Amino acid sequence: MAYDKFNTLTSTAVPLPIENVDTDQIIPARFLKATERQGFGDNLFRDWRYNQDNTPKEDFVLNNSKYTGKILVGGKNFGSGSSREHAAWAVYDYGFRVVVSSFFADIFRGNCLNIGVLPVQVSADFLQKMFDAIDADENTAFEVDLSTQKITMIATGESESFDINEYKKNNMTNGFDDIDYLLNIKTNIQEFAKTRPI
Amino acid sequence: MSKTKTLFDKVWDSHVVHTIENGPDVLFIDRHMVHEVTSPVAFLGLKNRGIGVLHPEKTFATADHNTPTINQHLPVADPLSANQLKMLEENANEHGISYWGLGHEKNGIVHVVGPEYGITVPGATIVCGDSHTSTHGAFGAIAFGIGTSEVEMVLATQCIMQPKPKRMRINVTGALQFGVTSKDVALFIISQLTTSGATGYFVEYAGDVFKNMTMEGRMTVCNLSIEMGARGGMIAPDEKTFHYVKGKEFAPKGDAWDTAMDFWQTLYTDEDAIFDKELTFDGSLIEPMITYGTNPGMGMGITKDIPTSDMVQGGATTYKKSLQYMKFDEGDSMIGKPIDFVFLGSCTNGRIEDFRAFASIVKGRKKSDNVTAWLVPGSHKVEAAIKEEGILAIINEAGFELREPGCSACLAMNDDKVPPGKLAVSTSNRNFEGRQGPGSRTLLASPLVAAASAVTGKVTDPRDLMKMETV
Ligand code: SF4
Repeated sequence: MAYDKFNTLTSTAVPLPIENVDTDQIIPARFLKATERQGFGDNLFRDWRYNQDNTPKEDFVLNNSKYTGKILVGGKNFGSGSSREHAAWAVYDYGFRVVVSSFFADIFRGNCLNIGVLPVQVSADFLQKMFDAIDADENTAFEVDLSTQKITMIATGESESFDINEYKKNNMTNGFDDIDYLLNIKTNIQEFAKTRPI
Repeated sequence: MSKTKTLFDKVWDSHVVHTIENGPDVLFIDRHMVHEVTSPVAFLGLKNRGIGVLHPEKTFATADHNTPTINQHLPVADPLSANQLKMLEENANEHGISYWGLGHEKNGIVHVVGPEYGITVPGATIVCGDSHTSTHGAFGAIAFGIGTSEVEMVLATQCIMQPKPKRMRINVTGALQFGVTSKDVALFIISQLTTSGATGYFVEYAGDVFKNMTMEGRMTVCNLSIEMGARGGMIAPDEKTFHYVKGKEFAPKGDAWDTAMDFWQTLYTDEDAIFDKELTFDGSLIEPMITYGTNPGMGMGITKDIPTSDMVQGGATTYKKSLQYMKFDEGDSMIGKPIDFVFLGSCTNGRIEDFRAFASIVKGRKKSDNVTAWLVPGSHKVEAAIKEEGILAIINEAGFELREPGCSACLAMNDDKVPPGKLAVSTSNRNFEGRQGPGSRTLLASPLVAAASAVTGKVTDPRDLMKMETV
């Protein structure tokens, strides 16, 4: 599925300074029963966000109207666990376009890139600075520039570079997806398939 | 490029259709396993593009994540689950994919049935929209979990785009102690590496401990590779592997078998091949393991005490939050903690060997009254073997019942949910907050630990019960 193009984004951020945030927290399994990709944002962080009687948990950051924005800042090893793309869908559907962490789990990172959410991996130092800046002023904004692969704290001008491979960067910038690419080389694939013994 | 190659490189390189400069490889996929939860949106994507499945004969669908484990002959009560199952059946039929739905004799957990029917073979590339696809690496295959966009990609093109991971080798040498199983080896490794220690790597397991393991044991180890962050794990195929695969329904036959064997016999890491990272552990030092926290890396030998927060790497806040959720204190011993539930099953420990291990302990004993036990075979084939081998009689005699196959309490999408606050000893793979039901608390362990705890009603070192038998 093609997705929105991504160039630059300037936004405030929502902090979640917890390590090893796993996909079962991002979207619990019982919400994976849909057959269409809709409405997952409502259940993003469901069990951290709501009590069992469905009332909001006041101390959870998504229930604190102070914090808004299209950037989610998480602790180290964000997105570990399941391959469920629903986790990335929930993040996207809630309204986030960028997730920042000092380390991402592999499959989650790939899933994000496949649906147009940009995972930005920064150093532990820079991550801490971001948390501190948001803590000091929840209206502090960040700029994420995909073309220069930089994330900048607007108030101080401090910035850091992040990695993304050229191919994926091109896809994100243009809103292309992998399937279009593969369908274009289908003849190669079919030739290759003939050589496979099983 | 050097001529010496790792096992991983040999399999990967033989599947590269195309390499994109500064980008991923286009990797051909030999086997694609599909289940009801992560596939509907992928099939919808095909429909929107107006295309079909390129290789339905390389695609296999089974229903497992959402299915009930009792009364499978009745219609599925939960309308959302029923709808997902119906969608999978319709999609499979529409695209000519073999479908092993509820009640089908070959039905079971995707990673259990793949090997059982010879869909899993050495040297293959295998993907599925479930992270524990790494299980199939036990056969010397490259197997990993994928997201739904990738499921659509493989359905449409039989290829996937992946940057080549780095290579790691984990050697476990020596012999395992009495009462120590493949599950303990895996939980031990994860406790050493943490849940992100192998992120970005594909792991090869080597050394005597894996060489001497059964195929079932190897599957348990490879299954848990993802829990240390690795994309997958694999073990070089040997006579044991070939013997296991031979004659299975979907395995190559006749001349095709000989051709396959020519390739399979080259599948080992060359002597001088280089790994990006290499670790070695002494297997004789591993104890039966148990987890105490909310990720699989928070595990320890069952006789140890929960580490204090000043001893752990990483954030003390996260660590404390985790123990708080589990209602444990730093320094606690796990042994003797009263439990409420026991779950034997999942693609980690739902194979026949796991039921044999469980039965070996509960035989002649009784289930503790305060324990609710769910014994869920990984497939109908496992279920049949449990009956044939007389294991059913043993567990029934001890007060346990056998349920019908499925993922069950591994992810608690069906009704098998551990209630809030309750403590479960589980042979599955994840102890995340709420994984086995909202508010549930999970201790990951081997089938032996699960069995010992099920009869005593508290966390128990299985060696205590096993010793009694041997004296
Ligand atoms: S048993 Fe658990 S890990 Fe295995 S396939 Fe089912 S849900 Fe996934």
